[in-house]
Amino acid sequence: MKICVTAQGKTLDANVDPRFGRCQCFIIADTDTMQFEAIDNPNISSTGGAGIVSGQLIFSKAAKVVLTGNVGPNAFQTLNAAGIEVIVGVSGAVKDAIEKYKKGELKPTQNPSVDKKFGMGGN
Amino acid sequence: MIIAVASGKGGTGKTTIATNLALSLKNVQLLDCDVEEPNSHIFIKPEIKTKVPSHIPVPEVDLGRCTFCGKCQEVCEYNAMAVLKDNVLVFSELCHGCGACSFLCPQKAIKEVKREIGVVEIGANGDLQFVHGRLNIGEAMSPPLIRAVKEYINPSKTVIIDAPPGTSCPVIESIKGSDFCILVTEPTPFGLNDLVLAVEVLRKLKIPFGVVINRSDLGNKDTYAYCKKEKIRILMEIPFKKEIAMAYSKGVPIVEELKEYKKEFTKMYEKIKS
Repeated sequence: MKICVTAQGKTLDANVDPRFGRCQCFIIADTDTMQFEAIDNPNISSTGGAGIVSGQLIFSKAAKVVLTGNVGPNAFQTLNAAGIEVIVGVSGAVKDAIEKYKKGELKPTQNPSVDKKFGMGGN
Repeated sequence: MIIAVASGKGGTGKTTIATNLALSLKNVQLLDCDVEEPNSHIFIKPEIKTKVPSHIPVPEVDLGRCTFCGKCQEVCEYNAMAVLKDNVLVFSELCHGCGACSFLCPQKAIKEVKREIGVVEIGANGDLQFVHGRLNIGEAMSPPLIRAVKEYINPSKTVIIDAPPGTSCPVIESIKGSDFCILVTEPTPFGLNDLVLAVEVLRKLKIPFGVVINRSDLGNKDTYAYCKKEKIRILMEIPFKKEIAMAYSKGVPIVEELKEYKKEFTKMYEKIKS
């Protein structure tokens, strides 16, 4: 099964990026083989709707689960409508996060964890 | 003649200048285009006679006709649409109402529906005509409502536009098409920094402009030096006076509290016209 982890770098040793829509990169990994694809997030400096368009990207990569730090309401709605499970509050190395998920230690969220524009930084 | 009153920095006195100028002249129409926070009415005290709700078009998708081809999502500059499996999500608060999705949908599955973003209120106080917009709370986009306010411009009058602060889209929308722009500033480092930005905008828009220095006896002389160097006309100076601040806090225009200022505002208008 394909899983998406928001990451601060393009390897499995990189840390989980706490943002979803504006994370550094997406790691799309196969939970069985641990083979993965790392994608630089093209939406990092989007003026608006970064969570929505990142949600579409994950949908187009056929991932079934997203592991991340936080997810806003628009991203959550998009992922939800695409039938993608969302797990928030994830931190540490990407590969450890995936292992935890495989062991069933991570539970999906039923709600967005932060408000709109969270990933824009302070203003 | 259309005169816009703008400023880079907020709180420099745009509304003070716009309303007092309006009250000093005859045959005037005042438009408050600061639709996120309109306050000219506090000083003009118009009787509002008409309220017109303002809308932008947003897409509505007929899922029966949609083939989920993704064209709408691809052409949306604002990420307001998401095409997913057997569903299309519309995030109408991100939609700018450009119409690209409905125009380019190969299935003609998208129609435009109206979404209310605010209201235009039209009224008068005596022969002073008054129009302003009120953006709905939580709404992020003001330019469509500013356009709606400006549709009421009466070219037979001297039109004064109270613009929002800053140098971004709402300001451009408010001041474009004006014959002249009054930039209100205060002689402080912040005031000067934002005045310089506003001057750049006006030069780009090719709108003639001059500067009003409010609270002119505060701060330093750098603003004067800048205006001299850039050959920018200083139209008027208003000192930092307790009487003016007190009148303002009660919603009383300067020209009512200190009647001699009416002459100053009229003189400024003559300078603008010449």
